[in-house]
Amino acid sequence: MAETFKPLASPGEPVKRYTDVAIALHWILALSLLGAFCVGLYMADLKLSPTRVRLFNWHKWAGISIFALSALRLAWRLTHRPPAEPASLARWQKRASSIVHLLLYLLFFLIPLAGWAYSSAAGFPVVWFGIIPLPDFVPVNKELAANLADVHAALAFTLAGLVTLHVAGALQHRFILKDTIVQRMLPGRRPGVDSKRHA
Amino acid sequence: MKIPMARSAKALAIGAAAACTVVIAVRAAAPAAGPALVPAQSEIAFVSHQMGVPIDGAFRRFDAQVQFDPKAPQKGRFLIDVDVTSVSLPTSDAMEEVVKPAWFNSANFPHAQFVSTAIKPIDRNHYEIAGRVTIKGLSQDVVVPVAITQTGNVTVAAGEVVLHRLAFAIGDGEWKDTSVVADNVEVKFHLALTGIAPL
Repeated sequence: MAETFKPLASPGEPVKRYTDVAIALHWILALSLLGAFCVGLYMADLKLSPTRVRLFNWHKWAGISIFALSALRLAWRLTHRPPAEPASLARWQKRASSIVHLLLYLLFFLIPLAGWAYSSAAGFPVVWFGIIPLPDFVPVNKELAANLADVHAALAFTLAGLVTLHVAGALQHRFILKDTIVQRMLPGRRPGVDSKRHA
Repeated sequence: MKIPMARSAKALAIGAAAACTVVIAVRAAAPAAGPALVPAQSEIAFVSHQMGVPIDGAFRRFDAQVQFDPKAPQKGRFLIDVDVTSVSLPTSDAMEEVVKPAWFNSANFPHAQFVSTAIKPIDRNHYEIAGRVTIKGLSQDVVVPVAITQTGNVTVAAGEVVLHRLAFAIGDGEWKDTSVVADNVEVKFHLALTGIAPL
């Protein structure tokens, strides 16, 4: 195993990272998704109370924000080529990683859309941050609302599963394979730029 | 063709008798006289706001006792009696909640009322009706702008008034927080009445 290990960059050479914008969006969205998922899990079975109303609205605002930031992120991703993966990466690993990333992106959009539709169908139009009313693209319908709630939850659990895979992969690269693939997405100083500034 | 005098007189007499019978029958059917509500064509709806989200509600059962002579509108009187237990909201959660003591307490206060105290004509179709609203045993004076229109024998009195829910202790205790449920509730009414003289 050790023989086949090839670091992404030779020692001393700076790691090629994602752009600052990509790194910022990745981590902001990672935290937002984690927060929205936990709040969603917690609030779903709460009895009607001011807390429930607050959590539901915050969750919806977070979901719409995630949708908007994901659109921004996708646009950035399509216009900015990510740094190359190490040559040591097996083909199946590259394929698996691409598929997981594709599915992650798909869910970043589908989950908020399903949640938004669920809210509309339940008779509660979404008002972003309590200020910007968003259009309802489905009619008010109890049965539809119940189905959309199930779809929203199922997709969210699918995302949780994929995120677990994604994180497991990252941890494997960082601590078992010990390559620099994860460093591409870690916030931190940019040796090439920052070392000069701090010198 | 010439109709003999006697025959036409007989026809007239029968006609008059028939007309009298009709009048008597109508009188007998509506002995109280005066205008009557047409429930199927009438509506009392309201919009409350949860963290900026408009929530539609309505009362399914209500009645109106109206005296209104367009020639002397100041002498008119409007009494609207709302069956609070007939409240309707988008979700079953909300329906169960709203009858509780913290909200309408409809077990103890099944009726809400509006009783007019003064009617001020603005023009032929517009009036300012001052009156007292009583909900949950608490009263507030309001002035309601009302548009009155007629089509055929149906007179419609319609308008909108903003009520402050906290003035009636609707949403008490933990629900007093107006950042969750706004104090302002817009009440819209559309009352179809028969038996009002032409405007």
